Amino acid sequence: MSAVSQNVEGRIGWLEKTVADIAGSIERAVFTEEHARKPGWLQRVDPRAKLGMFLVMVLAASLSNSFLALAGLYAVLLVASRASQVPFDFFVKRVWVGIPFFAGIVIVPSIFFGHAPYLFDVALGPLHIAPSIPALMSAAVFIARVGVSVSLAVLLVLTTPWADVLKGLQAFHVPQVFILLLSMTYRYIFLFFRTANGMFEARKSRMVGKTSGNEHRSWISASLTSLMSRSFKMSNDVYAAMLARGFGGQIRSYSAYRMKASDWAALAGALALSVAAWLVGRYIA
Amino acid sequence: MIAQIENEKGTEQAAESRNGQETVFHLRGVRYLYAGRHVALDGIDLDINRGEQVVLLGANGSGKSTLLKLLDGIIGPSEGTMKALGREVAAVAAGQDAFRFHREVGLVFQDPDIQLFSATVFDDVAFGPLQLGLSAAEVKERCDEALEQMEITHLAQRAPFELSGGEKKRAAIASVLSLRPDVILLDEPTASLDPRTKWVLVNLIRKLGEAGKTIITTTHELEIVPIIANRVVVIGEERKVLADGTPAQILNDHALLIKANLIHEHLHEVGVHHDHGHLIHDHVHGA
Repeated sequence: MSAVSQNVEGRIGWLEKTVADIAGSIERAVFTEEHARKPGWLQRVDPRAKLGMFLVMVLAASLSNSFLALAGLYAVLLVASRASQVPFDFFVKRVWVGIPFFAGIVIVPSIFFGHAPYLFDVALGPLHIAPSIPALMSAAVFIARVGVSVSLAVLLVLTTPWADVLKGLQAFHVPQVFILLLSMTYRYIFLFFRTANGMFEARKSRMVGKTSGNEHRSWISASLTSLMSRSFKMSNDVYAAMLARGFGGQIRSYSAYRMKASDWAALAGALALSVAAWLVGRYIA
Repeated sequence: MIAQIENEKGTEQAAESRNGQETVFHLRGVRYLYAGRHVALDGIDLDINRGEQVVLLGANGSGKSTLLKLLDGIIGPSEGTMKALGREVAAVAAGQDAFRFHREVGLVFQDPDIQLFSATVFDDVAFGPLQLGLSAAEVKERCDEALEQMEITHLAQRAPFELSGGEKKRAAIASVLSLRPDVILLDEPTASLDPRTKWVLVNLIRKLGEAGKTIITTTHELEIVPIIANRVVVIGEERKVLADGTPAQILNDHALLIKANLIHEHLHEVGVHHDHGHLIHDHVHGA
């Protein structure tokens, strides 16, 4: 196989792998609903109360300048995850494997532009590599803030079925049409990627000889057209299925949720914790 | 040909049924063209009465699914006269009185992925009753009943993409049953299902028929026909009604079945369809 052909194959392989990975990620997202069905503490909380709890805590984490307050919030999250039967290492790894890297990219340059005192100072000709201690502290707080916020989002998703998250949004007056579209997108994107993956596999199974770059490109563009056409047909069919069950343009949804005293107590507890974290950051730390 | 061909009925006579029952669907010279040029149905004449259990038999591409969409008022005919429950189907397809029409006529699509568009099975089953404006308690009662009827109560909170093909099919049927329609249209309900799930659906269709529902099922699986139908309409590859009769009349007319591409003489000699038909039939009557 020529170098050009190998290069093209590589690019096709990359595309195929990307589609398969996205489909896999969505499948894993579905798989994680297994935690949402466990009889844990957070799973028992009304999704609206839970959404409120996590929103105020994300707000408190975002406003907090105190490493101590953020560490305290994270400790509470770890206890909550344990009480909700979410595996400890799964929860921690899911958040902290990527966060320091991505948050670090954003914050690293500022470390070298801070004021004294410096952690060390290495002179390279006219340049000085001197990480500022106050900037390092700020960076640590920033990374902790991102980590706590992402942990909150992850814990919410792990302990709440996606359908309940969407229904919880109704309590915050998110327009029904937006919720329906979000729900249907989540429903059909999985099918879309599965179809795309199937097309790649079907092609692969019939590949017996060498194909040129032009042929690859024309196959990809034809596949995109085919996928678009299938999606369009399916959207028409889905709309027809909605009409067939009496849909007249008005979106109605069923909600069997009832806020119990324990839900109100959890919401109040989260609110108190958030206020405390904010106060610690502002007046104590 | 033993089967009766009833294409020659006049429009006025059509309002009266063969046994004096109310005519639910009345079609005369109905044509349907996709994109204005591809003929899907070419001159369908048909009357279906309340309480009948009809199977529309036809080969792939004969227009069965299009005919069901027409009967459900999702699309209107390109040409011809078509009335459903006394309403002009063209008007229903345009949205006129569609809400009330769909309370009475429910369609189960061939592809359950089309029908299951909500986040959970329960939400899908509740979609129809919610459109009726029922109270939360009534919606729940209907959903519980439909889920129980399809033996999928345990799947209520599952996402549709987590389900197997058979489970999806049951959920799709439950989503229509929750509307409690008098007329149920089923598009290839047993296609690609394992024998146990197929049996559950066949048995359900039979029971719904016994309960007095008007049921119209499209299929090309001959073995289920005698169980779920008391009338069979054959749609030919010319996309028009080829024959209309009882299951016994149609299924014993091998020349007709071969002409309609429902059996092949070589396959049939091996007894693929025929023997399976007997097995299921014996099972039903032996039960």
